[in-house]
Amino acid sequence: MSEDQRSGAPGPAADGPGDDDVVPHPFGTGASGGPASAAAEPPGGAAAPGSTPEPVPVPEPVAAPEPAAAEPAAAEPAAAEPAAAEPAAAPGVDDAPEQVPEPAPTTADGDEPPPAATPAVARRRRRDPLAAVLIGVLTLLLGFAFAVQVRTADDESQLTGAREEDLVRILDELDAQEERLRGQLAEQRSALEQLTNSDSRAATALEAARQRAEAIGILNGTIAAQGPGMEMVIRDPEDSVGVADLLDAIQELRGAGAETMQIDDVRVGVSTAVTGQPGDLMLDGRPITAPYEVLVIGSPQDMETAMRIPGGVEQRVNGRGGSVAITQSDEVVVDALRQLDTPQYASPRTDD
Amino acid sequence: MIPILGLAAGVLLGLFFDPTVPLWLQPYLPIAVVAALDAVFGGLRARLDGIFDAKVFVISFVSNVVVAGLIVFLGDQLGVGAQLSTAVVVVLGIRIFGNAAAIRRHVFRA
Repeated sequence: MSEDQRSGAPGPAADGPGDDDVVPHPFGTGASGGPASAAAEPPGGAAAPGSTPEPVPVPEPVAAPEPAAAEPAAAEPAAAEPAAAEPAAAPGVDDAPEQVPEPAPTTADGDEPPPAATPAVARRRRRDPLAAVLIGVLTLLLGFAFAVQVRTADDESQLTGAREEDLVRILDELDAQEERLRGQLAEQRSALEQLTNSDSRAATALEAARQRAEAIGILNGTIAAQGPGMEMVIRDPEDSVGVADLLDAIQELRGAGAETMQIDDVRVGVSTAVTGQPGDLMLDGRPITAPYEVLVIGSPQDMETAMRIPGGVEQRVNGRGGSVAITQSDEVVVDALRQLDTPQYASPRTDD
Repeated sequence: MIPILGLAAGVLLGLFFDPTVPLWLQPYLPIAVVAALDAVFGGLRARLDGIFDAKVFVISFVSNVVVAGLIVFLGDQLGVGAQLSTAVVVVLGIRIFGNAAAIRRHVFRA
């Protein structure tokens, strides 16, 4: 550090605005602000009077002329420089600014040796390297602490600096807030529970509705059905089985617990009509032909019993020259479908 | 030049490392920073007045920080830490204002 300052012209230029302080009185210009005083240095040295201080302070009057020749090339020996400065200043104006600062460091380093001739200039103090380092370290620490403190003040909500009453108040507020939040939490929890409940209730209701729809669909004939039941074939070789006989069979089957049935691929529903003449019967307007094949789901025994009951369907058909063949089955499939009768006038009654 | 560089480097380092201030130091750090700022402003003023002395600067810097910290510490022991740190900040603030005014006069001549 110190060598840099001594060896070159830029050194002093940089030092001037730095922390080193120059007491500029001798040459007038420097009495004012920083830049001015910095500027004051070189003119002081460059000017002829500048040489006056220089020659004097030489503490060790070494053989001046000899180093002078070597000096411009390598300006290392600090002690030799001041000596070199005097001759150099005289001949070369260019050299002058370079060497002017050099005597200064020597005086500053000692910090004491006021030259006899110019006591005023003696007060020019070049920077002591130790001081420079100290100043640098101190300002570095200051900057560091400053930044850290700013960050810290940002981070913390100034709780550390708060008084006890404030802290107590803040604590109370936080407690109240916690209480509020807890209340909200409980509310939300119960809402969640309700929603879950209603969700499961809705699912149950949906399931029930689906089952009802299925049951109604089976009864109505809009969906296919399967289950235990029986297969009954009514032969009518003489075309004498009439509407009343077939209707009677359907009613008897229903009475015996038939749940759904089809006759010759026509599904029998609540509003099914049997029309036509014997041998030319129609079910819901669709013609059916003998032998009439009846597929019915229900309790097989009950239905067979109902068919064979004296004075029942079998007997009447036999009386007309026909016959009834009944086959019980564990698995009867009724897969003919009906169009759903959409009520035109009736609508579900609302309870409200 | 060196102080400016030092300040800039210090701020950058502080921002970069972002250390956590130990708890015992927390009451003193802001006071120390203000005290050091006072010393820096004093040094700047002295420099503009042409009477800067590195030794004085260093010593005043350190002693400012130490004395400010001591006052706050003492206040903490006596139970008036908050008030004393306020007092220190007020006094140092007044000095900083005075120095800033002197610097202003130098720089702007007004």
